[in-house]
Amino acid sequence: MTVTEPKPRYKYVGTRPVRHDGLEKVTGRARFAADLNMSGQLHGIVVRSPHAHARIVSVDTSEAEAMAGVKAVITGDDFPAVAPSDRNYDMCINVMARDKVFYEGHAVAAVAATTRDQARAAAAAVEVAYDVLPAVLTIDEALAPDAPVLHDHMLTAGADPPAEEPSNVSDITRFAAGDLDEGFAKADLVIEREFTTQPVHQGYIEPHACVADTGQDGQATIWCSSQGHFNVRSSTAAMLGWENTRVRVIPAEIGGGFGGKTTIYLEPLAVALSAKAGRPVKMVMSRDEVFRATGPAPGTKLRIKLGADSDGNLVAGDAYLIYSGGAYAGPGGLLGAMTVFESYKIPHFNIESLNVVVNTARSAAYRAPAAPLTAFAVETILDEIATELGIDPIDLRLRNAVTEGDPSTMGFPLARVGFEECLEAVRDHPHYAAPLGPNQGRGVAAGYWFNIGESSTATVNLNEDGTATVVTGSPDIGGSRASMALMAAEELGIDVYDIRPVVGDTESVGFTDTTEGSRATFATGMAVVEACRKMVVELRGRAAKMMGVDIDDVDWVDGQAVYTGSDGEKDPLPVAAICAKAKRTGGPLAATGSLEAHGAGPGFAVHVCDVEVDPETGVVRVVRYTASQDAGTAIHPSYVEGQIQGGVAQGIGWALNEEYIYDSDGVMENPSFLDYRVPVASDLPMIDAIIVEVPNPAHPYGVRGVGETGIVPPIPAMANAIHNATGCRLRDLPMSPIRVLDAITSNGGSNGS
Amino acid sequence: MSRVHVTCTINGDPAEFLCDGGQTLLDALRDEVGLTGAKEGCGTGDCGACSIVMDGRLLCSCLALAPEADGAIISTVEGLAGGDDLHPLQQCFLEGAALQCGVCTPGFLVAAKALLDRNPDPTETEIRYGLAGNLCRCTGYDKIVRAVQAAAQTINES
Repeated sequence: MTVTEPKPRYKYVGTRPVRHDGLEKVTGRARFAADLNMSGQLHGIVVRSPHAHARIVSVDTSEAEAMAGVKAVITGDDFPAVAPSDRNYDMCINVMARDKVFYEGHAVAAVAATTRDQARAAAAAVEVAYDVLPAVLTIDEALAPDAPVLHDHMLTAGADPPAEEPSNVSDITRFAAGDLDEGFAKADLVIEREFTTQPVHQGYIEPHACVADTGQDGQATIWCSSQGHFNVRSSTAAMLGWENTRVRVIPAEIGGGFGGKTTIYLEPLAVALSAKAGRPVKMVMSRDEVFRATGPAPGTKLRIKLGADSDGNLVAGDAYLIYSGGAYAGPGGLLGAMTVFESYKIPHFNIESLNVVVNTARSAAYRAPAAPLTAFAVETILDEIATELGIDPIDLRLRNAVTEGDPSTMGFPLARVGFEECLEAVRDHPHYAAPLGPNQGRGVAAGYWFNIGESSTATVNLNEDGTATVVTGSPDIGGSRASMALMAAEELGIDVYDIRPVVGDTESVGFTDTTEGSRATFATGMAVVEACRKMVVELRGRAAKMMGVDIDDVDWVDGQAVYTGSDGEKDPLPVAAICAKAKRTGGPLAATGSLEAHGAGPGFAVHVCDVEVDPETGVVRVVRYTASQDAGTAIHPSYVEGQIQGGVAQGIGWALNEEYIYDSDGVMENPSFLDYRVPVASDLPMIDAIIVEVPNPAHPYGVRGVGETGIVPPIPAMANAIHNATGCRLRDLPMSPIRVLDAITSNGGSNGS
Repeated sequence: MSRVHVTCTINGDPAEFLCDGGQTLLDALRDEVGLTGAKEGCGTGDCGACSIVMDGRLLCSCLALAPEADGAIISTVEGLAGGDDLHPLQQCFLEGAALQCGVCTPGFLVAAKALLDRNPDPTETEIRYGLAGNLCRCTGYDKIVRAVQAAAQTINES
């Protein structure tokens, strides 16, 4: 681990205790959503469109409703109408189609029956008549002048002049600084390249699942796996036209999300089926459904031009980015524009970024959404610049890296960031100078993600014996309960194993935004610290009462109240002693922290990888991988390393294997883990994670989110390594054996442009 | 359709259950027996989250029919710990932070146990290939491989 700044000595923060939810997860006792069963429950199955684009002429449920065991059938007519101007419109008509289907797999009806087999049979008996429309599958098709338009209401936001006719471009984002012509006039080297990438799935191992129980009083309880149960509540209520208070969401353990479980698919259907049948309804997606109807990250077309002077200083950048968000407007365009040039000092730039809709599944967030692809483009062009100018790739990046005070793309000055430190950590690592074998190459790339804050609530309850329960509203995907407990232990001076971190449901803890944007340990951690600090004030007051002294003469030191006044010696009061007397000093000890967290520190990462390319087959094998990342302060270093290593593995899959493949009608051809191949253990080497710690000034312990940045550099790092090994530049993802082999055999030059 | 009566041994105890002829063993374990440690990640034998050992063979229980378990000896993740004591693999997974979301963990533990039973001192490469039938999307496998190495060492030293 690289510690770059002196930091306070902590007793618990920075240690590696066994996570509190670990035992349940290694014994098979942890309860994920599909593990839950309710008395009298029915099984729900979704009827899905076989067509990528069609008008729904009619839905006949009469035969299905008459079948044995069937207790409820619902269609779009069972939900209130929703207008395109409603902010929940896309979500609502994605969860259940109304007059049109927009992708193969789009839900058109749902059935609940006493057994899963009966529900499947009834789903097959729902008769849907479609008027099939021509499908738009690629960015080029969507942008063609005569393209079929998916959404009649879609007028391009941000168009100049304002759009008057509907199109498949949902919005355009523009950022600019300086004068582009003046900038490029100063360049000694200008490189312009085009890149294409395909949609990829987050690939969480747990399919979406929920159980809903709607009572005769109109109150619904949902048990489900999600990254944010408050969002499940509000989205479900919105789709049903209900008040939030009619829906309680109890989080089950979540089996991976990576952004893909920040939205909902099943819950309103399960609630509606349950309401109609008067019984609990359980719904579990198959893997096939997960691939066809949830997730993916957008595919892209990117064109980027960078100019540098002969010393390697970047002088100008021009980016034209197109993200396909699937069937509805996605956030990719905006996020791509925000990240494409953020890592480097580029005085003159222009960014134009489009979101385009196509007849494929609605895209969802995937770990640092949009950033891995802009990094693929920028970081591989930087590699070309470094090669052309004869500059070491890390030196080139150090020369241009943003530091504190530099303006961001959107204009505000950056706070303290650790980009240079990450570059230096890789440069100084033995990996960077290690010899390479035959057919091997080395690549370097950097990555950036801005991270977010948002709303969090935490409640600390001290128990009668002096132990503590910490309740937050953040679902724990990768170990955040352990980080909450560590921060609480540090604040309260209670052993980390005497703290029980709990994820509360929507009725047992205050509002908390979704676990996304790498915000849980940052923002919810701040709420935990705030609650603990209030608790310490309370504990000092209770101790002062017990000692018969003024609160100002009582300090809190290492888990006990210490008298600091001048009126003689008094025995310190440990937390357990204060808790034991709580009834006589003012009652239960509880404190809540709730806040809107600001100052999420941007995360930077720098990766170096070695690949070996088989010149006869084009197979690329990763032989060594080292990843540095600025964590600010690592609360639980093992789980910080885990976030980095996991991001790297996903990035390698994205680079080499993963892609959605559709036939000419828009039917997905590889909706299984056999044909959509994610990395397995034998595909990867050990992944050396270097934690750089440049504390975030906005967080009490210096935390920066670490969940996402690690997936940003791998794709360009792999591309640069493949170039180093073969002399070929690959600019289309995935860099599959066939593409690599084509590049090698048609080469020795470049592929893609 | 009448249901099939299956008698077998699960985690050392005699067990019996009724199942449909077309029901997978995974569904029978989860829905009829109530052992939900094995998970369905794919239903096609590609992810290993439903791994169990039946009659000495590591198996994706989503690929077996429940009636095939008649007379069989079955081990699941629930049988890995002996009373109060965790299996060294479980202990090393905990101490080595070899799980994040934890949904693949039961399958990995069962597969790793099967690997160490037939190869008590595997190399890193043997571990990677031995666990190549199990998908983990969170960890990048680094800490899983290290945990299996540590568990092998613990077992071999005891």
